[in-house]
Amino acid sequence: MADDDLLETPLTELHRALGARMVPFAGYTMPVQYPLGVMKEHLHCRAAAGLFDVSHMGQVIVRGDGAAAALERLVPADIVGLGAGRQRYAVFTDADGGILDDLMVANRGDHLFLVVNAARKAHDIAHMRAHLTGCEVEEVTDRALIAVQGPGAEAAVAALVPDAAAMRFMDVAVLPSNWGPLWISRSGYTGEDGFEISVAEGAAEEFAGPLLDLAAVEPIGLGARDSLRLEAGLCLYGNDIDTTTTPVEAALSWSIGKARRPGGARAGGFPGAERILRELEAGAGRRRVGLRPEGRAPMRDGTPIFAAEDDADPVGAVTSGAFGPSVGTPVAMGYVPTALAEVGTRLWGEVRGRRLPVDVAALPFRAAGFKR
Amino acid sequence: MKYTEEHEWLRPDPEEGPDVVVVGITEHAATQLGDLVFVELPEEGKTVAKDDEVVVIESVKAASDIMAPVDGEIIEVNGAIVENPALVNEDPLGAGWFFKMKVDDMSTLDAMMDEAAYKDFI
Repeated sequence: MADDDLLETPLTELHRALGARMVPFAGYTMPVQYPLGVMKEHLHCRAAAGLFDVSHMGQVIVRGDGAAAALERLVPADIVGLGAGRQRYAVFTDADGGILDDLMVANRGDHLFLVVNAARKAHDIAHMRAHLTGCEVEEVTDRALIAVQGPGAEAAVAALVPDAAAMRFMDVAVLPSNWGPLWISRSGYTGEDGFEISVAEGAAEEFAGPLLDLAAVEPIGLGARDSLRLEAGLCLYGNDIDTTTTPVEAALSWSIGKARRPGGARAGGFPGAERILRELEAGAGRRRVGLRPEGRAPMRDGTPIFAAEDDADPVGAVTSGAFGPSVGTPVAMGYVPTALAEVGTRLWGEVRGRRLPVDVAALPFRAAGFKR
Repeated sequence: MKYTEEHEWLRPDPEEGPDVVVVGITEHAATQLGDLVFVELPEEGKTVAKDDEVVVIESVKAASDIMAPVDGEIIEVNGAIVENPALVNEDPLGAGWFFKMKVDDMSTLDAMMDEAAYKDFI
């Protein structure tokens, strides 16, 4: 795809001015790294704070009486029980129990605000328009989305928007500011404390500028975003979850609300409920686990996993794998049979034709720094 | 100093012998690859032919192969970059060298790019 076919975000010019290396991603030209480089960007975010342009992601407003109940027809999460000013993780499921996308759902009082994956936003919006009868599904196309993540995120964001400091993990708020109303959530995709901030596109550079002027804040590209989320044990749609994986297999059962489970007030009623609820009770045949290679060689996505060093057939595969800069070793996630999913189980990954030892490890690889 | 189109450099090392070269990757290559996180070097004493895959490197992004630039024998490898792959990014022309080779035919270096030609190449 030629560069001029790619979409830009309200911060594209800023990325270029900062010396970013731009790459095509989900139809956008996006910064994969800045002059600091992936490793130092990753470590900086864990030590201080990082600013990420995530404007390529879909921002969607769902309005209408009973919007929460309607959305529950598409996701196994408890949306009706989601309090005003709160946000929750959810997945869109299909009739076979597979995952169509993962998303954040916020209750903003008289409507829901959703953030969906860039590569899936057209699909998700069409899916909701087809199924959320009686609701208005509006894609927000005139706002940037900026994440500020890391132990220094609170001080950085509070320097510009003092009221943000009082928010707790998964709170959402609309806060007035010099840059217009900011739609803020205390959440992110790094395992660190932090915020995701939706700001009018025309004010995005003016908002990002003073944040980047703070000594604690460095811009972080997609490269470090990926290693940060991997260490945090967070799924990447298209790698770790897709239509071939169910929420139970993907170790996302925690996102299925009690009210949606057998015996709950609104049990089932989402696509694939029969299979997903059966797996909740009886277990799934395979499970997403953390994988820690014993040696230094990273096991990338697609690496086949074997139960024994000389087995002919793989029992699973890596779905995300890289070097974990904060862990200091390679880290990975993948699917293995449930019988082999216990932490500490010795397995073998095939890298360049050689079987190398890899152990099932607890997720996340690094404890989360959320402000609960 | 000579350069290949695969972004390797070869520096004669007369102290080791008239037919010995040190091999590494250029600064341009190191920058393009990004931070290295893994290096696998060949065994010392291994006989190699030009374009044999002799080194595996992995950056934060992907794995790549480094090929033997000429026919010869690997006589020494730089274990320091196995312990600390970041050395290749920090000092690609110095401490981040990969291996030393005893070259079968030093005249094969004559056809390679010099520094000016390599700068034009990149």
